[in-house]
Amino acid sequence: MIDRAKRDYSLVGRDGQLALEKGLAGAAWYRSPVSRKRLKELMQRRDGPAIRDTLLWFAALGVTGGLACYLWGSWWAVPFFAAYGVLYGSASDSRWHECGHGTAFRTRWMNDAVYQIACFMVLREPTIWRWSHTRHHTDTLIVGRDPEIAAPRPPNIPGLILNLFAIRSGLAFFGKLLLHTTGRLAADEATYVPEAERGKVYVVARIWVLAYAAVIASCLYWSTLLPVMLVGLPSFYGGWLLLVFGLTQHAGLAEDVLDHRLNCRTVYMNPLFRFLYWNMNYHVEHHMFPMVPYHALPALHAEMKADTAPAYPSVLAAYREIIPALLRQAKDPTSFVRRDLPATAASAGAVVAAE
Amino acid sequence: MSQWVAACRAEEIDAEDVKRFDHAGRTFAIYRSPDDAYYATDGLCTHEQVHLADGFVMDGIIECPMHNGRFDYRTGEAKGAPACVNLRTYPVKLESGTVFIDLD
Repeated sequence: MIDRAKRDYSLVGRDGQLALEKGLAGAAWYRSPVSRKRLKELMQRRDGPAIRDTLLWFAALGVTGGLACYLWGSWWAVPFFAAYGVLYGSASDSRWHECGHGTAFRTRWMNDAVYQIACFMVLREPTIWRWSHTRHHTDTLIVGRDPEIAAPRPPNIPGLILNLFAIRSGLAFFGKLLLHTTGRLAADEATYVPEAERGKVYVVARIWVLAYAAVIASCLYWSTLLPVMLVGLPSFYGGWLLLVFGLTQHAGLAEDVLDHRLNCRTVYMNPLFRFLYWNMNYHVEHHMFPMVPYHALPALHAEMKADTAPAYPSVLAAYREIIPALLRQAKDPTSFVRRDLPATAASAGAVVAAE
Repeated sequence: MSQWVAACRAEEIDAEDVKRFDHAGRTFAIYRSPDDAYYATDGLCTHEQVHLADGFVMDGIIECPMHNGRFDYRTGEAKGAPACVNLRTYPVKLESGTVFIDLD
């Protein structure tokens, strides 16, 4: 009998082994019945939307960062740093994500280039997180298998609050980065990063440490914090929206189920949020069909929404569920939010071939 | 020694698409390129054994539906993480509108 109150979220512990024994690892997941023809249309890759959105993103970074520099020393710089920080430390999350899947752009090198830049901004080492996210998709919210469970039960509420400014996650990142410069991986990372890929981890870690050292050296040389306010610190002071958006994806929902309709949220967002988040708010759809590019996710949502629980009308509405759920889980780790599927939906757990 | 097996009718696969073919306990993926050439590979991704026939075909590449692992379906070459091990390919011939693959 599993003691649910003491689940082991590490990738090298008891629950990971149990997941293997129970057939929850690498299992077949439910897929909503979208026809092959329609899916092919939705999977089509385009460069246009991502080039437009990336140019806008870089332009917004340039304008806000430029004005922040210009006004450095004045309180008027604060709102521009605030905006720059969100663009740097939060919007980079979705760029990392979509380019990691290789779906944002049609042209491969564009995906790879934006992936590397966004990884640096969001404090995610590119090779580690490529493989971590691969596992997250294979074993979404399977305890002991998924390395990206943001709110394990019971949730660490103070830790989540600290992560509004990437304090826990950021410190953990730098610890791992330094470890990687020595040519070693953490034990959990070794479970999902193949041997052949590890050399890249160590090389990139050393390059990133040199980059941070250059930023710090420039601060010392010019006796100003401005360089680190533009490169490095924005991942912290601008990371709050990453957490606010990120927790909507899975927090409080069911673990150890093989149906993304039960462990993911789709949340409607306004156009500005969807630009910052590159439509990652359509998270049920993304997990079920990860080949569909971000710009086609609203159309995919329209295609399959009759087969899913209703989308949340806003971020606020999602948090009206998430905050009480996390507080409940802090006292009772067995509790979770049950998503009720509509009468039109196929039954949960069944694996339907979409024809 | 060749072991040609009829896999499907040519018109069953759209241009730049893929179709699953199961035979004798094995599974294969049959591809039709935009210039109407046919190719065949093992049917499961070498990364996590997912059926490639549910994937996306574009520019000579089959992309796995689970993790977007990419292979050149003409050569079987893995084109980058998480696809690191090449796919096995099989000779294909077209006779009287039927696609045959050589399983030897």
